Amino acid sequence: MEGYSYTIWIVLLPFLVFLLTGVSSLRIRPQLAGWIGTGGILTTLVLSLYTAAQYFLASAPPEGGWPTVTPLDFTWLKFSDTLHVHMGILLDPISVMMLVVISVVSSMVHIYSLGYMKGEHGFARYYAFLSLFSFSMYGLVLATNLFQIYFFWELVGVSSYLLIGFYYDRPSAVAAAKKAFIVTRFADFGFLVGILLLSWHSGTFDFAALTNPDGSGIAEAASATFMGASVLTWALVLIFMGGAGKSAMFPLHIWLPDAMEGPTPVSALIHAATMVVAGVYLVARLFPVYHMSDGPALDIVAWTGAFTALFAAVIAITQEDIKRVLAYSTMSQIGYMMMALGVSGYGAEAGLGFTASMFHLFTHAMFKALLFLGAGAVIHAVHSNIMSDMGGLRRYLPLTHGTFLVACLAIAGIPPFAGFFSKDEILTATMHKNPVLYGVALLVAGLTALYMFRLYFRIFWGEDRRYEHTPHEAPAAMWVPLMLLAVLSTVGGFIPFGHFVTADHLPVGSHLDLTIALTAGGISVAGILAAMALYRKPSAQPDRIAESLGGLYRTVSRKFYIDELYQAVTKKVLFKGIAWPVAWFDRNVVDASMNGIAWLTTRAARAIKGIQSGQVQHYALSFVMGTVALAALFIYWLKR
Amino acid sequence: MIPGVSLLEILTVSTLMFFIGVYGFVTRRNLITILMSLELVLNGAAINFVAFNKYLYPGQPAGQFFTLFLIAVAAAEVALAIAIVINLYRRIKSVEVENVNTLKH
Amino acid sequence: MNILLLILIIPTLTILALLFSKGKEQARLVSAAGMGLQFVAAFYLLFAFLQERAAGNTADMLFTSSYLWFTPLNIRFDLGVDGVSVALILLTAIVSLAGVFISWKMEDLAKEYFVSLIALATGVFGFFVTLDLFTMFLFYELAVIPMYLLIGIWGSGPKEYSAMKLTLMLMGGSAFLLVGLLGLYFNSTGVEGQHTFNLMEIAASGIPVEAQRLFFPLTFVGFGVLGAMFPFHTWSPDGHASAPTAVSMLHAGVLMKLGGYGCYRVAVFLMPQAAGEMAWFFIILTGFSVIYGAFGAIRQTDLKFINAYSSVSHCGLVLFAILMLNKTAMNGAILQMISHGLMTALFFALIGMLYERTHTRIVQEMGGLMKVLPFISACYVIAGLASLGLPGLSGFVAEMSIFFGAFEHADSFHRVWTILAVSAIVVTAVYILRVVGAMLMGPITNPEYAHLPAASWYEKTGALLLLLPIAAIGMAPLWLSEMIRYSLEPVIRQLGM
Repeated sequence: MEGYSYTIWIVLLPFLVFLLTGVSSLRIRPQLAGWIGTGGILTTLVLSLYTAAQYFLASAPPEGGWPTVTPLDFTWLKFSDTLHVHMGILLDPISVMMLVVISVVSSMVHIYSLGYMKGEHGFARYYAFLSLFSFSMYGLVLATNLFQIYFFWELVGVSSYLLIGFYYDRPSAVAAAKKAFIVTRFADFGFLVGILLLSWHSGTFDFAALTNPDGSGIAEAASATFMGASVLTWALVLIFMGGAGKSAMFPLHIWLPDAMEGPTPVSALIHAATMVVAGVYLVARLFPVYHMSDGPALDIVAWTGAFTALFAAVIAITQEDIKRVLAYSTMSQIGYMMMALGVSGYGAEAGLGFTASMFHLFTHAMFKALLFLGAGAVIHAVHSNIMSDMGGLRRYLPLTHGTFLVACLAIAGIPPFAGFFSKDEILTATMHKNPVLYGVALLVAGLTALYMFRLYFRIFWGEDRRYEHTPHEAPAAMWVPLMLLAVLSTVGGFIPFGHFVTADHLPVGSHLDLTIALTAGGISVAGILAAMALYRKPSAQPDRIAESLGGLYRTVSRKFYIDELYQAVTKKVLFKGIAWPVAWFDRNVVDASMNGIAWLTTRAARAIKGIQSGQVQHYALSFVMGTVALAALFIYWLKR
Repeated sequence: MIPGVSLLEILTVSTLMFFIGVYGFVTRRNLITILMSLELVLNGAAINFVAFNKYLYPGQPAGQFFTLFLIAVAAAEVALAIAIVINLYRRIKSVEVENVNTLKH
Repeated sequence: MNILLLILIIPTLTILALLFSKGKEQARLVSAAGMGLQFVAAFYLLFAFLQERAAGNTADMLFTSSYLWFTPLNIRFDLGVDGVSVALILLTAIVSLAGVFISWKMEDLAKEYFVSLIALATGVFGFFVTLDLFTMFLFYELAVIPMYLLIGIWGSGPKEYSAMKLTLMLMGGSAFLLVGLLGLYFNSTGVEGQHTFNLMEIAASGIPVEAQRLFFPLTFVGFGVLGAMFPFHTWSPDGHASAPTAVSMLHAGVLMKLGGYGCYRVAVFLMPQAAGEMAWFFIILTGFSVIYGAFGAIRQTDLKFINAYSSVSHCGLVLFAILMLNKTAMNGAILQMISHGLMTALFFALIGMLYERTHTRIVQEMGGLMKVLPFISACYVIAGLASLGLPGLSGFVAEMSIFFGAFEHADSFHRVWTILAVSAIVVTAVYILRVVGAMLMGPITNPEYAHLPAASWYEKTGALLLLLPIAAIGMAPLWLSEMIRYSLEPVIRQLGM
């Protein structure tokens, strides 16, 4: 149990780097800030890998499964005499796995950015924000309790806001940052209410107490009912709403495609590999609770995930901006993970979905970061995000081309690349649970292969554009991370994940289901072949297909008009329907009635002010009359 | 104690003086006349003081003291009032009371 | 000497010294020195208080002393503090010092300006250190009157209108208040059987429930006006918009806290039964304030108006939390007062700096200021994030305490209003980010803005004085929250009776 006290530095170091570079960001030499940031994150990478090695590799798993270690736990705030907020560090299989994911991707992005962001205005600020993000993300995954997760949840949200809005002189970036923050904030409103409900009934935030296998921590919440469902179900659904917001699940997904306005390495780190999977992590973290609740909470997770996976994959086929294709692909893959969690059981073979979800999270982080960084290299070379400005780049960017191909194969699920193994596990898990979901999952697998290779062929094959400036391969700071991630995307699948990460911490042997592997592989290959036929050579075929689909195609490429719907709701209902009337009401009713009182007073004063004529003699007369009247009264009184 | 004259007669005179003064104060428009009316009011009061002292409390001189005091104050007051009137005349070239109404509202 | 007397004497001496100062340089130096000393004294008070508590002194009020002032009516000058007042004194000291720095460049009638400003602060300090209703009321009025002069003379825009409106509405509030306080006095029984103004004595003997029912609403509304409770909040937008920067800071930062503090210390503490009976009505009003203020802020275009409506929302939350009548929420209320005090003062300071440079407060007329004014803009963003309740900054701690406290009531009335209040965090995010996006980010809209002067040392000092406590409380709230929580014990005891 002992010997993990150094893990505190994994969290603290990025925070210190943030303070240092943030405070001095205007004066410090940009390059120096970059090196400080990168040095800091590489140190946490070493520490994280060391933690993982110490946790997983130093010994075989003990009898009771992988242990839960809390090297640090202190009281941060006391709400009431019983409800305390703790901050601490919790090490268990999923948090250690997340440590590895975050530190690896974050390190790669830090190094990559040294090249990609070179010479940008605000380079030091960029590294300060990256450090802030790393700090928050580490804090989030290492959280010992629900409140700590919420704490860092908001902080990753704001780092994301700051980084999306990094190019703050671009109105589109500002709008995207604002949208991302507000949409996730809305989701967090649900999350917070969920926490309020759950903590009120259970009297604790602590994961250990909440996930107690005998269900004692949540018994009260499970027995209380509200509107036909148990309070526990309500709380879990609300908490999932928070997760869905962060992980861009339908219908709270609208911020993610816009978030691509941020610098590309940021998209790789935050909006592909780490922050957006926080929702998955949250559900996984509370998985025992979800499992113990009898209500439909897990089904909601599964169906939301499945629907988002399909929905996003369909949209991805029609997008022209390469980063947006990748964004929808991310949504789709996260939907996959959610679906896997939703169909999972608890323990042994039934818990395959959980393992698969975490596995896919791991492999996806590697190959999606690779895809984004590769896209960054392409954008760096072509100075455009739009696919129609690209083509034939394989000749100019051989390294990028190679690594990008690896990532595409990985995400499409072609053996022996990483995605194949994790996807296979997800498919197996869904097949055992629900044939409809299984069908959706297979369909999404095919679509994934199609849109990824559409992207690949249109960038690297197709027509050579005769570029004005000959595109050139990125500097070493950029291609080294690409290579490393490519290696990880290739070998990552061979990690026996079931041995390490399961819902109940007990190792499970995993094996490949050959039927499913062949089915899924076949569908993926079909997708790739279709993409190849359509896009390898420049042809009018794709446009013809699009035209023949007419309105359907337009609807999809406009993302099913969800953005427009939101726009209408916020502009018409919230602004015009509530905010404007409130402001009007305040000025013209509330304030006017206050002014009305003042006006009445003035009018009353005007009515009686004629008495005050300014003629001394009038005053004297009334004085005399008054005296006489008083005297008369007085005499009358005396007489009586 | 004036032989043959009762308190009532003296009081009648002083009351007449007082109310003539009040009447003049309220109706006259010239500030100087108003001032003169004021003097009548004061002197009416002064006569009352002396008369009450003489007829009702002969042993106590308080009424006479008051009268002396009143004469002194009236003198000071007249001096002040004349000064104000003169200043007013310099400013608005009039001693008519209607023209002095800037104190209202 | 009683350290609390020191808290009163330092500003008084500063005012006296100011009367003898010549020129604006001397005036501001004297003010800075006086308020700096007060700042030190406030921290000294904090440490003395904590030491006393650590030494095992468990009395409700510490550093008490009593001076008989007017025997026939048994009016005393009672001093004493608990954790709540210590925290608020600290807040006042910080905000007034920052206010002096922000007014560093005050040109006209500098001496008179600083005298009024510090007189205002003195009133607030006095209010927090006394335990006697009469003296409290006296200091309350002392704080309100300089406000009229400060806005009427040094203000901008329709300043006479705003000054008049603000003063009249606050005076209207204090009329209610006076009736309430007198009602308390005539229903009280002191230790020797006579009527008393002393808070602790009134609390110990209790007020008859019939009298409570009559005077609780009067007192609560009286203080509520100062706390910008709907529908008596409309002085706030106009008043703030016309007031000079430092006055807005002090006003929103500390003066409005008198309202919350009074509701807690007088209305709820002395009349617990009526508070319990009538809470529902005021919960509706204040809960409505929270949402209403937030939505009202969305539509505004003037920075000061936005901030004023935001204050309506945040101060509504303070009163809302006090009405929850439990420890967690009340703790949150006090934390929210401190947090909001620091944050709004910072907002107003920054708005003042921006106005000085751009000569406008209309959001749409500015743009891209982040590039030219990085310090001010960064502070504005941080203040905004504190306002929308970002973890790691003070607003989060306060809001969470309030929400969790409010959730301790399990009935659906409280639940519904709590969830409505929670939903305001989303609306807050909308209006804060809207301003940040339009004003600080985006391209520079006005070419003249490219050469705006950077923040000077006194502006930076003022801003940092407010910014650092926001972050400090946000990151390590336990000591403050525990100090306050412990001091809430008497109120909870009263409510439990």
